[in-house]
Amino acid sequence: MDRVGLMKRAVHRTLVIAASLFALPVAADAHLTGTGLGPFYDGVTHFFLSPEQIIPVLALSLFAGLRGKRTGRIALFLLPTAWFVGGLIGLRWPVAGPFTLLACFSFLVLGALVASDADLSPRLVAGLALVFGLALGYANGSDFSPTNVGTLGVLGTAASLFVLVTLAAALVASLRAPWTRIVVRVAGSWIVAAGLLLLGWTFHSHGPKL
Amino acid sequence: MKSRRVAFLIAAMLWPTFVWAHAESGRAEGFLAGLHHPISGLDHVLAMVSVGLWGAQLGAPAIWLLPVTFPVVMAFGGMLGLMGVPLPGVEIGIALSGILLGLAVLAEWRPPLWAAAVVVGMFAIFHGHAHGTELPPGASGMLYSIGFVIATGLLHAAGITAGIVHRWNWGRWALRFSGAVVAIAGARFLWIALAS
Repeated sequence: MDRVGLMKRAVHRTLVIAASLFALPVAADAHLTGTGLGPFYDGVTHFFLSPEQIIPVLALSLFAGLRGKRTGRIALFLLPTAWFVGGLIGLRWPVAGPFTLLACFSFLVLGALVASDADLSPRLVAGLALVFGLALGYANGSDFSPTNVGTLGVLGTAASLFVLVTLAAALVASLRAPWTRIVVRVAGSWIVAAGLLLLGWTFHSHGPKL
Repeated sequence: MKSRRVAFLIAAMLWPTFVWAHAESGRAEGFLAGLHHPISGLDHVLAMVSVGLWGAQLGAPAIWLLPVTFPVVMAFGGMLGLMGVPLPGVEIGIALSGILLGLAVLAEWRPPLWAAAVVVGMFAIFHGHAHGTELPPGASGMLYSIGFVIATGLLHAAGITAGIVHRWNWGRWALRFSGAVVAIAGARFLWIALAS
């Protein structure tokens, strides 16, 4: 075989190998950002890039902080734990998303609590943390179910959540000047407003027009 | 030999390929579109800044109550618009908001707190109904909503910040002058709305 023939053969082989590599089956990345650092960090990244998850957590943290140190400590441990349990349930028995109505509901309820600075007892705040932690964690687990991040991914999300609750609740609990608490309440009203618009979009996109 | 290679290539191309289920796209676009929309119309901008100016003139607790009322009620109006609930005379309502809020700043009107909140809330419904329905195709509705609310809130904050000059005598006159400008602009917008 002459030199040109050898080159053609090499090119053909390279093309076939390249095509085969591109066509190799890989795991589905459903609604997930792959970091390349493993499932734990995929869970971390997913949380920080998902406003439907991070905003309710932020709202609950702000509210717990407004209610004082003791309530903040309760939310700090209860919310990530409930989230993790809900996530495991979601991994095991998932339902198809998107969970837009859950996001709307959590924006509206938790945002309104922050905006009104509602005087709830620590026990009630603990109940809220438990309910929203389980529900949002379940949605998170269901999102992860078709992917290969599994339990480590949910653990990564719960760990991120723990850090966020710690920082946000501690910051708000330490506020003394009245205007700083007002700024937090204004943020709550913005969350309510975003929830209302999101509810409108939900019915605008999928539901019947009134 | 050649046919075997071609067969192998075809088989490889038909192999199950990447699956990107629920691929995320349009999120940044949605956020930026939401952020841009409230500042895209002068009638909206003037009304929202006026709410902040009026709140600054009225002082606490109106200084924070009015900018809280406006975005929430505006979002409610936006939700009604998105759900297809009709609201007649939206453009006229927006123009009237400019006139009334401008006059309130001009006259340093001091109604009871609840009355100020009702006035601001009533006009916010018109602004919300007109806004919020122009999402670029494929963009994220959630991030559009978040960007939209942040931009609205920042416009109020701009008004409140400008209203700091109210503590000086020259600043009070400057605020009243800006109220007059907003009222005149509102009258112009009303003229256009009625003419169309």
